[in-house]
Amino acid sequence: MRNQLAGTGTLLRLALRRDRVMMPVWITVVALLVLSLPASLESVYGTGAERARLLGTMNTNGSLRALYGPVFGDSIGALTAWRGGVFAGVLAGIMSLVIVVRHTREEEETGRQELLSAAMVGRRAPLTAALLAALTANGLAALLVTAGLTGRGAGGAMALGLGIGATGMLFAALAAIAAQLTESARLAKGLAGAAIGAAFVLRAAGDAGSAGGSSALTWVSPLGWLENVRAFAAERWWVFALFAAAVAVQVAAAYALAGRRDIGMSFLPARPGPAEGRLAGPGALAWRLQRGSLIGWSLAFLAAGVVFGGMTDGAAQLVGDNERTREIIERMGGQSGIADAFLATMAGMLGMIAALFIVSAVLRLSGEESGQRAEPLLANAVGRLRWAGGHLAVAFGGSALILLLAGLGLGIGHGQGVAAAVGATLAQLPAVWMIGAFAALLYGAAPRYAVAAWAVAGGALTLGWIGPALNLPQAVLNLSPFAHLPKLPGAEALAWAPLLVLTALAAALLAAGLAALRRRDLAA
Amino acid sequence: MTKAISVAGLHKAFGRTHALDGLDLSVDAGEVHGFLGPNGSGKSTTIRVLLGLLRADSGTAELLGGDPWADAVALHRRVAYVPGDVTLWRNLSGGEVIDLYGRLRGGLDRARRAELIERFELDPTKKGRTYSKGNRQKVALVAAFSSDAELLILDEPTSGLDPLMEGVFQGCVAEARAAGRSVLLSSHILSEVETLCDRVSIIRKGRTVETGTLADLRHLTRTSISAELAGPPNGIAQLPGVHDVEVRGLKIRLQADTDKLDAVLRSLADSGVRSLTSTPPTLEELFLRHYADDVHGNGNGADGGVKAGVSR
Repeated sequence: MRNQLAGTGTLLRLALRRDRVMMPVWITVVALLVLSLPASLESVYGTGAERARLLGTMNTNGSLRALYGPVFGDSIGALTAWRGGVFAGVLAGIMSLVIVVRHTREEEETGRQELLSAAMVGRRAPLTAALLAALTANGLAALLVTAGLTGRGAGGAMALGLGIGATGMLFAALAAIAAQLTESARLAKGLAGAAIGAAFVLRAAGDAGSAGGSSALTWVSPLGWLENVRAFAAERWWVFALFAAAVAVQVAAAYALAGRRDIGMSFLPARPGPAEGRLAGPGALAWRLQRGSLIGWSLAFLAAGVVFGGMTDGAAQLVGDNERTREIIERMGGQSGIADAFLATMAGMLGMIAALFIVSAVLRLSGEESGQRAEPLLANAVGRLRWAGGHLAVAFGGSALILLLAGLGLGIGHGQGVAAAVGATLAQLPAVWMIGAFAALLYGAAPRYAVAAWAVAGGALTLGWIGPALNLPQAVLNLSPFAHLPKLPGAEALAWAPLLVLTALAAALLAAGLAALRRRDLAA
Repeated sequence: MTKAISVAGLHKAFGRTHALDGLDLSVDAGEVHGFLGPNGSGKSTTIRVLLGLLRADSGTAELLGGDPWADAVALHRRVAYVPGDVTLWRNLSGGEVIDLYGRLRGGLDRARRAELIERFELDPTKKGRTYSKGNRQKVALVAAFSSDAELLILDEPTSGLDPLMEGVFQGCVAEARAAGRSVLLSSHILSEVETLCDRVSIIRKGRTVETGTLADLRHLTRTSISAELAGPPNGIAQLPGVHDVEVRGLKIRLQADTDKLDAVLRSLADSGVRSLTSTPPTLEELFLRHYADDVHGNGNGADGGVKAGVSR
C-alpha cells in the first residue's frame, strides 16, 4: 500500500505548482461570489418584514424556486446561502473536475504520465495527488467562505463553506471516475460537466415541484443536498454524512477502476476505423471533430428546454405583493406576464450557457494549433481562413442549433407558444455570437491568451445570474452583451436595434480576429 | 537550373532568441538536399517559413518560384510535408488521415497509396491514438509519397522507423528523385543523408556554415590512412597537413588533409608500401567538426574541433 502511494507528495507539489495561477483565480471567484452577496442583499431587503415577504413569495412561486431554490430563513445569511450557494457549488464542481481531469487523464493522454510513472511513483499516486489538489482548492474555498461570513453566524458560515467545498469534492470524485472511463481528457470533462448540468436540472425540477425543497428529485441531486444543508436556518449537519458517503463510494470506485486498467487505456476498447477516408476538406474535418460535442449539447439543451417549459405554469401562481420582488423578477427577465417573464429568464439563462458552448467550439482552433495538428494540415493547399472557417461554422451554426432546440423544448414542455419560445431563445444568438467572436479575436490576435475567452463567458454568466440581485449599477450590468437583448417572449414591440448592433459588432470582431490570424505566425 | 528552394539572408527572431540569423539555402530542382544541423539550430524554423506558417523578419525565401507566405495555398498543392513529430487526431483512422491530406493536396494516386501501405506495413484501420510514433510517421510518409508533389519537405521523417522501414523510406526517396521530384531532407541519421543526398547544407545557430556536394565537403577535411611499410617512415610527420601520426614498428596510422594527400602518398611510397587502407571522411566527421565548434568557442575552426569527435 505504501508503495502504491510512493511519490504522491511530489506529484501534489507538481500539481499545485502547475496550477499556481488557475487555482487561486478559481478559489477567489468562488469565494467572492458568495462574500459579495450579504451587503447587496441588505441594501435590497433592508428590513425583516421585507425579507419575510420575500420568503413567502419565493416559497409559493414554483418557477423562482426552480431558478434559485427555496429560501429557508429570512436572515441575510440565509438569503446569501439561497442566492449564492448553488451557484458557488456549481463553480466549485467545475473547478474540481478541471483539476482532477487535468492531473489524471490529461497527463496520460499527452504521454507525460508515462515519464512520471517510470520514476518512483506508485500506481495510485497520480489519482491520489489529483484528488488532494482538488481537496486543497475546495478546502481553501470553504475556509474563505466560512471566514468571510462568520459575522453572520459561525454555524451557518461553516455550513455554507463546508457545503460548497463538499459539493466540489463530490464532483471531483465523479470526475475521477470519468477520467478512468474515457481515453480522452476532453470527453472526461464533458461527462463530468454533463453530470453537473443534470444535477442542476434535477434540483430545479425538484424544487419547482415542492415548497419545502425536499421532493425526491431534489434529493437525487447533490446540488439539492447543498441547499438542504440549510445554512443559517437550523443547519442540518447530517446532510454532510450523505456527501461523505458519496465521496467515499465514488473515490473507491475510481481507485478500483484505476487498478484494473493499464496506463493510458480505458474500458472502452478502440475499434478499428475505415481504411479509406471520405473527409473532403477542412470543413468536413471540423464537423467530424466537433460533432460529438455538438450532439451532446443539442440533447442537453432540448432536455433542459422541455424540463423548464414544463415548470412554466408554476409561475402563474405567483403571489406578488412585494414591490421589490416584482422589481427583481422584472430585472431578471420579463416586463409583462409572469409566465412570459419565466420563459424569458430561462431563455436568457440557456443563452448564457450557450456562450460556454461557443467558446469551447471556437477554442478548438487553439487546441488544434497548439496540439500541432494544424501545422501539417496547413502545409496542404488549405488557407488559414478555410481551415478556421470550418470550426467557426460549427461554433456559430452550432450555437444557433442548440438555442433553436432549447426553444422547441421550452414550447413543447410548456405545451403552447412554440414559435414565441423559439423566438425567445434565438434572440439570445447575437449576444452568444458576440462572445464567440470575441473568443475568435483573442485566438487570432493573442493566441496565448485565448483561454481568457472562458473568463468572458463566465463573467457574462455571473453578471446575468447574480448581478441583478446585487444591485450593481446598470453600467456594470451592461458590460454583458446579454443585458442588451430584448426580453422575449412578452415584449410589446420587438427591439431589433440591439440585435442588429450586436450582430454587426460580432461580425466586426470576427473579421478582425480572422485578419489577425492570417497575419501572425503559427505556434510551433 | 531552376531552383526548388532558394533562401537568402533569412532572419527570424522569437522575442530575444534569434532562431534564424541570415540563413541561406538553395535546393535545385530534382535534387535531394540534406539539411543538417544540431538541435535548435533553426532547421524546423526554416521549414516553417518555407511552408508559410511563419513570416520571416527579413531576407528572401522562394519556394518553387513563388512567395511562401503570399502564395502559400497555391504552392502547397505542389508540396508535401512530413513533420518530425506527427500528431494525429485520436479518433480518426490512419487511412482517413491519408485520404484527407490527399484531397487537400488535390488528389492522390490510389494505386501508389495501396502499394505504399503494403511496403510500409501500415494498418490503415487503426485509430490515431493507437499508433506508435513510427506508425504515425508512416501515415504521414504514405500521404506524402502517394501525392504527386513536386517538392517533398521532410523534417526528420525517420526518427521513429525501424531499420527495415528506414530501407523502405530510402527506396521511396530514390524513386522520388528518379521521378524528377525535389526533396529537402532534414535528418540526424547521417548514413541516410550520405546515401540519399546529392548536396547538403549544414547550419548552425541559424546560419549556413557549409553547403555543397559531399565530395566538395570531403575535400575540406581529412582522410585517415593506415599502412604497413617496408622500411621506417621517413619524415612524414613533418609534412604539411599531416596529423595524429602513430608509428608502431613498421605500421603507421595518420590523418591527412584531403587536399594534401599527394605528398603523403609519395612519402609513404618512398618507404615502400606493403598494405594501405585509406578511409574517406564520413559525413559524421564533417558534421562533428561543425557541431564541436560550439565546444571550442570559435565560429569557423578548420582544425581543433575534429579530434574530439573523430579519434574516439
